[in-house]
Amino acid sequence: MSILTSPTPAATPAPASATAATPLTTTTPPVTGERKGLTKKEIAADHPTWCPGCGDFSVLALYFKLIEKRKMIHEQITTIAGIGCSSRFPYFVQAHGAHFIHGRALPFASGISLSRPDLHVFVFGGDGDAFSIGGNHFSHTCRKNIKMTYCVMDNWVYGLTKKQTSPTSPLGFKSKTDLWGAVDYPINPMKQAIAAGATFVARTTHTNPNHVLAMMEAAMDHDGFSFIECLSECVEFYEGAFDASNPRKGGVFKEVPKDHDVTNEGAAYALAGDPFPGYFGIFYKNSKPTKNAKEAEIIKGYQSKVTGLKDWQILQKNFDRMK
Amino acid sequence: MSDTIEAAAPSTGAAKVLKINEAVIRIAGNSQDGIQAIGGFLARLAGRSEQEVMTFMTIPSTISGGPSIFQVRIGSGEVLSAGDEADMLLCFYQHSYEDHIKSLKLGGIVLFDADHVVPNPAYEENYRHVGVNISSLTVEAIGGTGRDKGKNIFAMGLLAKIFDLNVPKLLKLIEERFGGKDPSLVANATTCFNAGYMHSLENLLKTFQFFDPEKKDRLQVVMNGNEALAYGLIAAGVRFGAGYPITPWSDIMELLRRELPKYGGMFIQTEDEIAAVSMALGGSYAGRVAVTGSSGPGISLKTEAIGWASMAEMPLVIVDVQRGGPSTGMPTNVEQSDLNIACFGGHGDSPRVVLAPVSVEDCFYTAIEAVNLARKYSTPVFILTDQGIATRIEAFEEPNLEKVCQDISPDFTPVAEHKPYDLSKPNGITQHIAPGTKVLSGKYPIATGLEHDELGHPTGSSKLHSLMTAKRRNKLRQLAWDFPKLKTYGPNEGQILLVSWGSGQGPVREAVDRARSIGEAISGLSLRYINPLPNGLEQIFKGFHHIFVVELNDEGTYGFGQLAALLRARYCDPRIQGITKSDGLTWKVKEILDRARTLASAKA
Repeated sequence: MSILTSPTPAATPAPASATAATPLTTTTPPVTGERKGLTKKEIAADHPTWCPGCGDFSVLALYFKLIEKRKMIHEQITTIAGIGCSSRFPYFVQAHGAHFIHGRALPFASGISLSRPDLHVFVFGGDGDAFSIGGNHFSHTCRKNIKMTYCVMDNWVYGLTKKQTSPTSPLGFKSKTDLWGAVDYPINPMKQAIAAGATFVARTTHTNPNHVLAMMEAAMDHDGFSFIECLSECVEFYEGAFDASNPRKGGVFKEVPKDHDVTNEGAAYALAGDPFPGYFGIFYKNSKPTKNAKEAEIIKGYQSKVTGLKDWQILQKNFDRMK
Repeated sequence: MSDTIEAAAPSTGAAKVLKINEAVIRIAGNSQDGIQAIGGFLARLAGRSEQEVMTFMTIPSTISGGPSIFQVRIGSGEVLSAGDEADMLLCFYQHSYEDHIKSLKLGGIVLFDADHVVPNPAYEENYRHVGVNISSLTVEAIGGTGRDKGKNIFAMGLLAKIFDLNVPKLLKLIEERFGGKDPSLVANATTCFNAGYMHSLENLLKTFQFFDPEKKDRLQVVMNGNEALAYGLIAAGVRFGAGYPITPWSDIMELLRRELPKYGGMFIQTEDEIAAVSMALGGSYAGRVAVTGSSGPGISLKTEAIGWASMAEMPLVIVDVQRGGPSTGMPTNVEQSDLNIACFGGHGDSPRVVLAPVSVEDCFYTAIEAVNLARKYSTPVFILTDQGIATRIEAFEEPNLEKVCQDISPDFTPVAEHKPYDLSKPNGITQHIAPGTKVLSGKYPIATGLEHDELGHPTGSSKLHSLMTAKRRNKLRQLAWDFPKLKTYGPNEGQILLVSWGSGQGPVREAVDRARSIGEAISGLSLRYINPLPNGLEQIFKGFHHIFVVELNDEGTYGFGQLAALLRARYCDPRIQGITKSDGLTWKVKEILDRARTLASAKA
């Protein structure tokens, strides 16, 4: 029985006693068909514990909108997070989800994505979770191109622990751990994702809801690892951090130029180098086989050699060689 | 070679034939000489001949080459350990000769490569020396390329002659091993073997012949502990796992990476140890118990995520192939010093199950048991093996695979409502439903590491923290009732009880046999369940004056090994004492008995 077996759209029970090594049944999510998607009321769970005015509220609202607009149902979604303010996300979504440990949401989500191709795996987190404690996993999930959508709500500060310097805090930012202002050069998430080999790299900001939704949709439709950096203001510890990108606060919301070639890695990297507030939109998008597809290919190759055999019979062949 | 009987000489030669029960053969050379291959062949042959076999090997932790040994003990009766002293030493170099001659019993045979070894006259009195120009004869046999590759097979031919081994079976094994694209490989190996077998051993007066072993019901399979464990996981229905390379765990991940695709599964090599345990937990969360594993430092790195598994009540199998520690320690040596981290590693109160297989065969069945306990109780389960059991080869009765193989696919049947942390469930036992399962009430569960309510939503309630902590603990208490009743090896009362855990079982049982044969009232107790401990230990302890816990770790600050300390904390029984060592080698039977006798007389 392939582990890639997924529940059918009608969610019929999986055969309980099937032991035959059946070939891969499906690698694509079940089609929703005529089914009605969830409404906001059905998908909203606990009232968020974020501070009033937090940028994360709009990301959550737009996630609900995405689910509604794309007519997704409970059986198709999992929401995964690590640790941080933004990582409280799964509790606010009325769907299957998991709140994992600090920095390790991506490998956890990879385990789900690889074994359950029927699910849309959405991962939410913050800048500390993604680029500091989880930095290693970020690079490797990018390069392995494991299918999922990762939305980093970047607020340039550690909020849950109350104002320490984060890996994206700009130089000179005064925090409790850098009273005189941050001295370490910040990470550029766009550059890092592009250099690591991510196949979908986009940037947006919570103050432009339509743009957030457009990025989420494009990310979800991408067959591969899709990464969104969403600026999300921490009104408590870094108020006004992103004003320069918000036209309502006198800033400029500069979209990625129309003539930018999203498949051009060099051009994408150059866009990412634009000083703050920089560009918003899809910087890089390329189609490469996912790890999910490659593993499925390996399985297909091996299983063609054991067609018709039950699991125990495959194992028996190995044991026969050890006599 | 116990119980030797002189038998009539075979018709073909003048040499006398001795009937023997068992033989311990130590092969010493360098790791690139293929001495593991000879050992492997002998072990396989024993398995196919329904003999019992056990091996012991050391490998250098250098990248390539270095001194290495392989010891194989073959017996017509039960073989419990790799043997204290060798009956025969086969050595390829002067250093192998000098370093290992003392491992021979007095009067034992040393078979040496006369091209490289000059015998030491001081040893010639105590050990029978047989010199053969193994290297040059091998070169001569294959046609003088000047390279002695194949000398291991030549030497195996010599051994086949001396121990009257089954030649057709050995040739078949050679064919299976070397058969493939290049037919010259089998031809060369066969030539080497025959050259060794035909070589005249005129200065050796006797050859040996094993008694016929007891007929076994089922055929035997021959493999090492890592293989048995990995195949056990496959039989148990595990189809997803993740790991990071580290010795001696790597064999398991390599095997699973290679084999799982046949079953529609996969094993992922991750960027680090933390990613490995996290990815495996993602796999478990997705609906089917997954596996991760490691050795030494890798286990330390995984502890935070294992704490999450305790808190989130997520099933997971963690294989710990113990090696010498702490830190990088002695990567290719054996130690049982991870009991504490397996039982208690991590912050907070984080109950988990710890199992310790006692033999290679038991690795197979323990893997299945671990998966089933993880599922039933929704809990992380450690399997504590060690370098010794991982690399040693044993022959054991082939499992009935049709019967033991199981399917653990997730059940996606919609449920009316679901509370993953339902406090009303008896003994705190609950299970998760896999994502993708429809919940008709519309209330969906969250798996979490935060203290939570019954649905998995965070709580700061002190009452809930107490209740949930109790839930996680109580299910382990309940779980102990699933374990089979404990039985002593030997009578259930006497002077000394030798308690072993995991791989200590074999040498302890042999120690008990040896002691009882000379009238000493020593019994053994082998623990496979370390956390929770099985019920009924106090009753067994009552029957003995001394309780000595035999384990391969240090006596620690307070004078007790890791299991001994746990047992003392649990039973407050001052008779519990430790017999420990940390030389990186497996137990010799004599060591155990000497230590037990000394300790008993000191306490008497």
